[in-house]
Amino acid sequence: MSIVVFAEQRGGALRKITFEVISEGKRLATAAGDSLKVLLAGDNVSGLAEELKKFGPDEIAVVNSDKLADYTTESYAGVLTDYVKQENPSLVLLGHSAIGKDLAPRVTARLGAGLVSDCIEINYDGGDFSFIHPIYAGKAVATYKVNSAVKIATLRPNIFAMEEAEGAANVVDFAPEIAASRTTVKEVIQQAGDRPELTEADIICSGGRGLGNPEGFDLIEQLADALGAAVGSSRAAVDAGWRDHQAQVGQTGKVVSPNLYIACGISGAIQHLAGMGSSKCIVGINKDPEANILTVADFGIEGDLYKVVPALIEKLKEVNG
Amino acid sequence: MDFSYTEEERMMLQMTRDFAEKTVKPLAVESDREHKFPRDTVEKMAALGLMGVTVPPEYEGAGMTNICYSIAVEEISRHCASTGIIVSVNNSLACEPVKLFGTEAQKKKYLADMASGRKLGCLGLTEANAGSDAANVSTTAVLDGDEWVINGQKIFITNGNEADYCILIAQTDKSKGHRGLAAFIVDLDNPGFKVGTLEDKLGIRGSSTAELVFEDCHIPKENLLGELGKGFKVALVTLDGGRIGVASQALGIARAAIEDAAAYAKERVQFGKPIANLQAIQWMLADLSTEYDAARLLTHRAAYLKDQQLPYSKEAAMGKLMASELAMKAATKGIQILGGYGYTTDYPMERYFRDAKITEIYEGTSEIMRLVVSANILR
Amino acid sequence: MNIVTCIKQTFDTEAKIVIDNGQVSTQGVNLIVNPYDEYAVEESIRLKEKNGGEVVVVSVGGDKTQEALRYCLAMGADRAVLIQDPALEQADNLGCAVAMAKLISQMEYDLVFCGKEAVDDGAAQVPSMLAEKLDLPQANVLTALEIADGQATATREIDGGSEVLEMKLPAVLSAQKGLNEVRYPSLPGIMKAKRKELKVVSLADLELSAEDVAAKTELVAAELPPARKAGRVLSGEIDEMVAELVSLLKDEAKVI
Repeated sequence: MSIVVFAEQRGGALRKITFEVISEGKRLATAAGDSLKVLLAGDNVSGLAEELKKFGPDEIAVVNSDKLADYTTESYAGVLTDYVKQENPSLVLLGHSAIGKDLAPRVTARLGAGLVSDCIEINYDGGDFSFIHPIYAGKAVATYKVNSAVKIATLRPNIFAMEEAEGAANVVDFAPEIAASRTTVKEVIQQAGDRPELTEADIICSGGRGLGNPEGFDLIEQLADALGAAVGSSRAAVDAGWRDHQAQVGQTGKVVSPNLYIACGISGAIQHLAGMGSSKCIVGINKDPEANILTVADFGIEGDLYKVVPALIEKLKEVNG
Repeated sequence: MDFSYTEEERMMLQMTRDFAEKTVKPLAVESDREHKFPRDTVEKMAALGLMGVTVPPEYEGAGMTNICYSIAVEEISRHCASTGIIVSVNNSLACEPVKLFGTEAQKKKYLADMASGRKLGCLGLTEANAGSDAANVSTTAVLDGDEWVINGQKIFITNGNEADYCILIAQTDKSKGHRGLAAFIVDLDNPGFKVGTLEDKLGIRGSSTAELVFEDCHIPKENLLGELGKGFKVALVTLDGGRIGVASQALGIARAAIEDAAAYAKERVQFGKPIANLQAIQWMLADLSTEYDAARLLTHRAAYLKDQQLPYSKEAAMGKLMASELAMKAATKGIQILGGYGYTTDYPMERYFRDAKITEIYEGTSEIMRLVVSANILR
Repeated sequence: MNIVTCIKQTFDTEAKIVIDNGQVSTQGVNLIVNPYDEYAVEESIRLKEKNGGEVVVVSVGGDKTQEALRYCLAMGADRAVLIQDPALEQADNLGCAVAMAKLISQMEYDLVFCGKEAVDDGAAQVPSMLAEKLDLPQANVLTALEIADGQATATREIDGGSEVLEMKLPAVLSAQKGLNEVRYPSLPGIMKAKRKELKVVSLADLELSAEDVAAKTELVAAELPPARKAGRVLSGEIDEMVAELVSLLKDEAKVI
């Protein structure tokens, strides 16, 4: 049997999530005694196979076609479905990224299989896989079983450790017939600035209603600069129009799990905690001693963020030279 | 008996709760601090149909029940009692008398204008010497050809500075005492009208409370509302309905105080544990919650009776009496539970306290409520 | 323009989760229309208001789900269909998608709209599965949409940016926060909703069997996440607290 991983690339560059998924695929393949096969699809992407080899796949199947230059659901779904039908794996893994979220359910429906999305852990107990997926944005954690022959899962970014490993790493060509897409990509708009994507960021600095005004985010940006962090926001600040909704962390925003989450002027409503509660270390800065965030945070500072944050920025600069 | 909500009541609850949380709540502090009338919110509420909840659709109202109306006023007042009373006055004190006593032409014009929220209404009853003693009104209306000429001053008029129309109670024949009173619809866009003193108030500071001054104010003859000599009845019937609105406002304030106090008690740690673990706090909250439910059931019963077109005057008085005194008590205990924090403007509890007080006074004081109830028992 | 809008009834996002016997308890929980689905309903109603046609809201659920559908009718949708069947009670996302796709395939429509995901299981599966079962193009997680001459131009959120997609209708689209501002049902809307059609259909009505919707995934057990260890609130002057924080982050937590 085999485990298949879909290697996600956009614009000819592999994404961090791909390495995380392959690493987890390798661990599961080793546990189950399966081989690990990676499907790499795109236009002129053969060169990316080298990077993938480091994570120990047994085989890398490469599909090159100008029809795969842009990610489109239908073309990619056809390729992945054909590969799964050819390999008949026990498990198919994708990232729970924009592409993975779009692709996995379409392929699942085509195969009539079972899909568990947004897993934070997958276990192999000697006979079967079980899938751990947070529900209600992390207010509960559920264990799923899948009863179809091919089981499909998407993995939450920033949770699974990247680990290099040994593997045969045979590179083979895969040349299915590629279906035309009925959608065309007209334009790709990259977010301004070079901040990391929220769901992939190691450090996130977030601001909330306690900032008092939209300009308060300038200070959060400065803190983020000092740490190389992404900038997030509470729902209150998004609803007030201070920040784009793409920055919202919480139950109706993004679910994040960075190493460090610094919440400034965020009270810590249950919906917000649901979105960042799995962060490895949480810092809360709030002037309200009763603010929930100070209870949840690993380290809390009760004080005016307009005094604390500038002092923190200075200190960080000092420490980092 | 059936205590369950109908589908429309449930939706009303969900919609107004959501609306109040997202739209009314964020403006409440500023509205209170700056004495700022929430004009934008009133427009949004008008678009949703909240300015004429029980008015039939043919007059541009929503055609819903008084229970729905009570739910709406409570949910809005949960976050801002000022906004709650603006809704209540327009619905109960301005739309309702026109709906009950108006001619078809009056309803088509004035009722539709107010129910749709295009125009805002108020009730001009109280005067310097006519408060609880409503029969002692001295504002006069004298027929002069095709027009009534109005002279006099009304005070403490909620919505006064913002209203477009006033349901006015005036004397047409002083010799007849309260049988000489009549009700009129006055379009306040009138050279004979001006706004006098604006009150600076303890609470409900977002609402407007004004003196209305009428000096040779000419209005069309057909703007008499109801019959001559029946103005006192118009006033009393109107106030009966208004009490459902004020009771609902008081329920909103009480619930705000209870919910905030409970949330605080769960978080506030003293002597190594949340104060919610202390029986002294538990009993306060238990009593308040019990009384809240009782007051709400009384208020909804009055609304139900009104919907069934059964007598509800005593029941409305009971609801208002209990709900308003509960609001005051809940805010008082609420501050006690929050301690020093409750006394500061960092928490809204002190606002609930200030807002609660008026519910024991306007549209009939607690003493008048007891009078209404006892008169019904002892007659 | 006829639009089918798929909604799910979910827990209020403020709901506290209680686990009873390894499953999430629904006892006493306030139920709402999934917030992302509300954006879909709003967008559908706007498109109808602009282009004419009708909006049909569709859901899979039980008796209580009628409330959610009625809420959408109060917002301005024209009619509703609820697929209710004992065989769907344990259905997974694919099972629900199969049932809804069968229903939708029997209707006349130009567009199928969904929310990008439900706030309960957060799986984001149904829109793409519907698209597959209906053999339609799809565009998920939309923050902007324009429709003209039977063609959709959709802005879709992707990691670190967005992309603009074009496709001919019919298609399956899913809404993200930011697509629009959701209206409240007006009071007249609530009154009108009472008289709008809400049809309940079973799997048999759709000529489907329990086998067709059988779950491939099963939630075996749910539990509350492990509580975070109680943290530490620092004390002292701001400079002292900040210095302590930086050293804790560096040396103890090792996160900077």
